[in-house]
Amino acid sequence: MLKFTSNEMKTLFSAIAELRKLYLPIEKAGEVGFYLWEEDAKVRLDVLKTVKSAKDAFFPQSEHLMSFKVKDKAIEIEQPSDDMDDFVIMGVRACDAKSFEILDSVYLSKPVDTYYQMRREHGLVITMACGQPEESCFCTVFGIDPANPIGDVVTWLVDGTLYWEAKTEKGEAFTAELTAVLAEASAEDVAAVNAQKDAIKAITEKLPFANLNLEGFDGEHLMEKFNDPQWAELSKACLGCGTCTFVCPTCQCYDVRDYDTGDGIRRFRCWDSCMYSDFTMMAHGNNRNSQVERFRQRFMHKLVYFPANNNGEYSCVGCGRCINKCPIQMNIVKVIKALGVKE
Amino acid sequence: MTAVREDMLIPKIGIVTDIRQDTPDVKTFRVNALDGGKVFEHMPGQCAMLSIPGVGEAMFSITSSPTNKEFMEFSIKKCGCLTEWLHQMEVGQQVTIRGPLGNHFPVEDELKGKNLLIIAGGIGIAPVRSVINYCRDNRADYGTIDVVYGARTPADLVDFQEMQEEWMKTEGMNVHLTIDVPSEGWDGHVGFVPNYVKELNFSTDKTVVMCGPPIMIKFTLQNLMECGFAKTQVYTTMELRMKCGFGKCGRCNIGDKYVCKDGPVFRFDALDQLPSEY
Amino acid sequence: MQKIVDKINELFANDTVDRVLGWKTGEFSYDRTPAVFTKDTGLDGFVYDDFCGSNLSKYLISESAKGGKMAVLLKPCDTYSYNQLVKEHRIKTENVYVVAIPCRGKVNVEAIKAQGVKGILSVEETAGDTLKVSTLYGDCECDRNDVLYEKCSVCQKTHVVYDEIIEEEPYDRPRKDRFAEVEALEAMTAEERFAFWREQLSKCIRCNACRNACPVCNCHKCIFDNANSGVAAKANTDEFEENMFHIIRAFHVAGRCTDCGECSRVCPQNIPLHLLNRKYIKEMNELYGEYQAGADAETKGPLTNFTKDDVEPSIVYQKGGK
Repeated sequence: MLKFTSNEMKTLFSAIAELRKLYLPIEKAGEVGFYLWEEDAKVRLDVLKTVKSAKDAFFPQSEHLMSFKVKDKAIEIEQPSDDMDDFVIMGVRACDAKSFEILDSVYLSKPVDTYYQMRREHGLVITMACGQPEESCFCTVFGIDPANPIGDVVTWLVDGTLYWEAKTEKGEAFTAELTAVLAEASAEDVAAVNAQKDAIKAITEKLPFANLNLEGFDGEHLMEKFNDPQWAELSKACLGCGTCTFVCPTCQCYDVRDYDTGDGIRRFRCWDSCMYSDFTMMAHGNNRNSQVERFRQRFMHKLVYFPANNNGEYSCVGCGRCINKCPIQMNIVKVIKALGVKE
Repeated sequence: MTAVREDMLIPKIGIVTDIRQDTPDVKTFRVNALDGGKVFEHMPGQCAMLSIPGVGEAMFSITSSPTNKEFMEFSIKKCGCLTEWLHQMEVGQQVTIRGPLGNHFPVEDELKGKNLLIIAGGIGIAPVRSVINYCRDNRADYGTIDVVYGARTPADLVDFQEMQEEWMKTEGMNVHLTIDVPSEGWDGHVGFVPNYVKELNFSTDKTVVMCGPPIMIKFTLQNLMECGFAKTQVYTTMELRMKCGFGKCGRCNIGDKYVCKDGPVFRFDALDQLPSEY
Repeated sequence: MQKIVDKINELFANDTVDRVLGWKTGEFSYDRTPAVFTKDTGLDGFVYDDFCGSNLSKYLISESAKGGKMAVLLKPCDTYSYNQLVKEHRIKTENVYVVAIPCRGKVNVEAIKAQGVKGILSVEETAGDTLKVSTLYGDCECDRNDVLYEKCSVCQKTHVVYDEIIEEEPYDRPRKDRFAEVEALEAMTAEERFAFWREQLSKCIRCNACRNACPVCNCHKCIFDNANSGVAAKANTDEFEENMFHIIRAFHVAGRCTDCGECSRVCPQNIPLHLLNRKYIKEMNELYGEYQAGADAETKGPLTNFTKDDVEPSIVYQKGGK
């Protein structure tokens, strides 16, 4: 294990920023999100839950796919650029780090999404253990350890000191470039990190949703879950907004839209929400006309369809953002409790 | 120009080389690659994403048979923003095209060597025409072929000319046409497809391929069952809203299956295992 | 709360209504979800407390269109939205029985978190102004007046419509000046103001929560959802896209916005959207005389009612840039 030699975190950020573009949880207009670090940025490593998750780094909310030049009857496609700078996203928590694996299983499975793949190849993930888990956290339910996140590099922030451990080849290579600001951690340091890990474990065991039971959420119970009469009640107050979808680290559905910019047509990909009324709208009808159906789709996808197609892996990492942000306080925990095995 | 990136989202360019007005609201477009030939190969029942940049992109079944080595065809009914635009196209217009997408009818597996019953209603003929012509071109591989095809009026029968001039003259092939309501000059059968299928009282040794409006599918399936057919004998092709066409964008699922990737062709016993959300 | 429960049970018992729109408890003491309780299923899980911040009036658009009669619990501010919806012919009033309920101002848990409190497990009301907060990391207290929703901290509203009112114990609390924040913005230079809004609106994630929660954003199909409109900008083609969305939305609700504050309450990025609406309200008050949308269900709003005394367009024009 290594440690950052200074207590002035900014020194580390500028050391990294000299090597790569650096994205960090940064406060802007009162809210924290992953933004490009600049000298005067207000970095908030204390914030566990950025409003939007870290998925933007690899699957941006809106991205330009390609352009078209249309002249009379002819169409010319302008290929997207393959140039991309290497970048580092730092301060990613265990839940968000796991969400990248879930996105991988969608976008890196064949046929590979090259836009996503390119970002994954150019991006290096530095995660950080969650010193103080929050009441809405339930990542452990999905086998995630907030004391030991996955990542190219994992860090622990203990009493203002940052501890650093490279976990992948990519992480080790990057660490080698930072020897000027990193030093070997002492036995005492390791003990301090271990003490934090123990403290985290003690808290996670006490979390209100630590014992959430996912039994029965699988492909085998697909029809039973789909036909559960409780969907109507659960979705009753749903406003049909996309907040849960857009703050979610694993929601991966997208829309493709063309815009006439006046100088050629640009094709964009953007996040979409199954909660929206036009999500499945076709010229001759819509197979999900009611909010009950749309609401059900979101949770069935995460808890039943996704595991059915991905060896039992759920499309939820228990980050709890939907719990904090839903305008009517409906969320996946309430759905799991209502539809799951009763204690 | 930089190297061409291989990504299923990036289309190829096709050119419309012929346009045939089939019915008042259906046109069949012939599409070629810019240097002639086909943009890509496919199997019967597979689809392609056609787009006019700036207007939209949508999934269409490839109505021509893969045995046609010269071009692809798409029979498209005017029913929305993009299709309206497509209907205004002239020969020489370029379109973007992505594919082939989805699975196909099992013409080389379960359908091979079988007597076939192909049932279509309205524009539902588009995906099954590919099967019919594939089987005609590989005639020795299949038994009898019965086609039941219905439309609202005689004028709404797509591919009528090809049916008369080619299908009806193919050995071992019977074409049963019907229209919904009596029409002047029509001396053929009048009545809805489901009832006609029942009247025709087919022997149950046939494997069925069916496509049409949901209501037709529902009642035809019901009548086939009453005639003694099993759901394992009946195939259909589905359509839902799609964006990517290969199981990523997340909108055309029925349960844990994506219509664009795991479909569009489904056997009815498999659909029974899925939520009825279509 | 007991008074409300008794009242609903009474309304069920004497067949005044067959269902009631209220709130139900959640996983914590502070997450409250709007819910319909029927005479058959009873009031299991019903709650009314400091955390029932959501405005229930918009649900009446769909609920009142159903058969039967429904009681709805409306806080003072919600009754304005109700009136406005009635004015716009969105609610079938014959199917609704309005029960006016008292409100001491609603507590925003995020505001408690913003004070640095982590892992909040429960927040307990006391008779006074102190809230007892229990967390994973120990207990603390805070002053409820510091953690109210913005809409509550300036609220002077009283119930303007009801079939029945549940009287409250007199309760006094400090109120902020409703237009102070708008005035602070007006005092800025145009460049500063532009920078302020650009920074705030750049946080927008286009989740549409503001629009979907807003009682007067009740078009059957919003123009921003209509792909054929040419403005359905789901993807940001340029960085000004979401700014336009909010500006257009504010214009569309001008004269109809009751200042219920739902837009700001539901915004996941805490963009002070109410300031756009409140600016318009202030302008209209100054140009056309004091007007409160939803104060009644009849009076025409200043922007839909031409009078000869209306201010000249040139005067309105001169206000631009302020």
